[in-house]
Amino acid sequence: MPEIKNYTMNFGPQHPSAHGVLRLVLELDGEVIVRADPHIGLLHRGTEKLAEHKTFLQALPYMDRLDYVSMLCNEHAYVQAIEKLAGIEVPLRAQYIRVMFDEITRILNHLMWLGAHGLDIGAMTVFLYCFREREDLMDAYEAVSGARMHAAYYRPGGVYRDLPETMPQYEASKIHNAAAVKRMNENRQGSLLDFLEDFTRRFPTYVDEYETLLTDNRIWKQRTVGIGVLTPERALALGITGPMLRGSGVEWDLRKKQPYAAYDKVDFDIPVGVNGDSYDRYLVRVEEMRQSNRIIKQCISWLRQNPGPVITTNHKFAPPGRESMKQNMEELIHHFKLFTEGMHVPEGEAYSVVEHPKGEFGIYLVSDGANKPYRLKIRAPGFANLSSLDEMVRGHMIADVVTIIGTQDIVFGEIDR
Amino acid sequence: MMEWLLPIQNLLGPAWLPIWTAVKIMVIVGPLMGAVAYLTLAERKVIGWMQIRIGPNRVGPFGLLQPLADGIKLLMKEIIIPSGSNKFLFVIAPVMVLMPALAAWAVVPFNAELVLADVNAGLLYILAMTSLGVYGVIIAGWASNSKYAFLGALRSAAQIVSYEIAMGFALVTVLMAAQSLNLGEIVRGQQGSYGMLNWYIIPLFPMFLVYLISGVAETNRAPFDVAEGESEIVAGFHVEYSGMAFALFFLGEYANMILVAFLTSIMFLGGWLSPVSFLPDSIAWMFAKVAFVLFLFLWFRATFPRYRYDQLMRLGWKVFIPITIVWVVVVGGWMQTPYWLW
Repeated sequence: MPEIKNYTMNFGPQHPSAHGVLRLVLELDGEVIVRADPHIGLLHRGTEKLAEHKTFLQALPYMDRLDYVSMLCNEHAYVQAIEKLAGIEVPLRAQYIRVMFDEITRILNHLMWLGAHGLDIGAMTVFLYCFREREDLMDAYEAVSGARMHAAYYRPGGVYRDLPETMPQYEASKIHNAAAVKRMNENRQGSLLDFLEDFTRRFPTYVDEYETLLTDNRIWKQRTVGIGVLTPERALALGITGPMLRGSGVEWDLRKKQPYAAYDKVDFDIPVGVNGDSYDRYLVRVEEMRQSNRIIKQCISWLRQNPGPVITTNHKFAPPGRESMKQNMEELIHHFKLFTEGMHVPEGEAYSVVEHPKGEFGIYLVSDGANKPYRLKIRAPGFANLSSLDEMVRGHMIADVVTIIGTQDIVFGEIDR
Repeated sequence: MMEWLLPIQNLLGPAWLPIWTAVKIMVIVGPLMGAVAYLTLAERKVIGWMQIRIGPNRVGPFGLLQPLADGIKLLMKEIIIPSGSNKFLFVIAPVMVLMPALAAWAVVPFNAELVLADVNAGLLYILAMTSLGVYGVIIAGWASNSKYAFLGALRSAAQIVSYEIAMGFALVTVLMAAQSLNLGEIVRGQQGSYGMLNWYIIPLFPMFLVYLISGVAETNRAPFDVAEGESEIVAGFHVEYSGMAFALFFLGEYANMILVAFLTSIMFLGGWLSPVSFLPDSIAWMFAKVAFVLFLFLWFRATFPRYRYDQLMRLGWKVFIPITIVWVVVVGGWMQTPYWLW
């Protein structure tokens, strides 16, 4: 009789639910996974090495491209590292703007995750609903930075510029006539803050819509309850962070435990799961979207009442204003130095970490006093999360692998870097 | 009827019967293929609206020529045969999927007179034909010599076999109620003075649900599309197919969908009978009911996540088969009492 052997299957990198370029070598006993071996590196772009050859400011846009669905949170960790090393004081208004955009980014990320996760499990419609809301938030990105995704909006010492008073408008085209465009532009007549306030009013009902489709759906529950269970002990041992850790019932959120920017001045709750399965992680993330919405609301009302500078006045790091530059010799020199050789960050090392939508995103920066980082190390949360994949999928079926990849919220930009 | 055809009949002599039958087959298959083509468009439009999109609207007015463009595109494409495949089986498999899906239409009555073959064992014939389709799927998966296709074939074999049983039992209650296997007789059994209250959906409502859900599973449609499970095994059994060979699988799937919709309306929704007694019976009712059932198919696809393979089997074996067996006994007992009104 021939020996019965396990079946080895290549899952990805070109697979609809590989979330980019994940390659898994699955050892299967029938449809049951015996072993899953993730292969990474297919999206390696050498961000860390590239940063060593760029000035501090030139390396900033690379941060957007790490986890390309939560752009500004990556930037936040990076600018924070520079600020820590240089001891720059960030104006409060800039901190509030950063918190607001971090939370917009969190919603953007979680919407992308929810849509893709739903699509992996076969619920198509949620995906398109999520993208409808992402559109509005990307418009907010566009209004503030000119780019819908790779914003490059944060700067060491603050943010690039203050919030705009107008929103970009839709224009009539072959597809949308003037009347339709007028309707679409209705909530874009005021400033960015007006637009975001309108969004925060609408958003909870949208989240209810997604929940109507999924939360109590029998099939959704059958597909996620008890799938990919992660005990709190194992989650901590594997270095898992973010919603994955909170889904396992560990209340750990840097925004509360080690508050940075203005997070200690806003009011929000940290949702935690109970069973540590995919369903709990789903609930945690959905609740996080609601909490982010709450934070955005508080930031909007603070930002309305407190105008002020949005970037530091230390002109070793931030460019001086045009008028003062034209009248003041010292400012002119600052401007010249900044735009020719860039900022010099004092010698030393710093580790800065933020609560990224996927977990703890850290930047370890070593500077030798030059205008480039001596070494930049990125701690990507997705990398630690992915390392738990083998453990989570063992004993589950092929369809569950897809669920678990989805629940880990993997993005390859940050894992391969 | 058809007296005007008599001269041609005399002219052709013995060749008349095969020619006339071929003409009738054409009259059924032609519109059926058209219906399949436009069902794909309807699917994309309906799901598009449910998903706040527009759907195809570039080819022709409202995208009405889209199916034509898709058909031409698929025809022009190369059929790639994987080097490690079994060539004969690889080519024959799509034909084996489409063939039974079309052959089953022979006994489907469109109204009281319009039926190609009014055979007494019509229901049995349908069951036999729809069961054959799974062989095409299994052969396609096996002949492709691909692991993904093979997994899809295994899933589909297990799925179709288990849902066939529940489906069969659901139909047993129908033929108990109608006392006939002839599809035309089944519809006539639902005739009465109370309009839609005479339809078998009233006494056999649980069976209607079981049949409808099994029908979705049988045609490999969402949420039971584990055999192609796009996000898991990419496209399952037809992952290696391209061009017209792929299109044949598609045609087969949609022809089967329409067939299940027809059977549901014949067996539970009174076929061509009018839902209210003051309106005349007509073929239009038939099409309206079919369109409704097809809409349900599309609605399911837009709403539900996909079942996992083992959950699907559990639903089939542990839920549907016990329910149907119990209901067969219940209907049997009920028919012996004076309270059976159908």
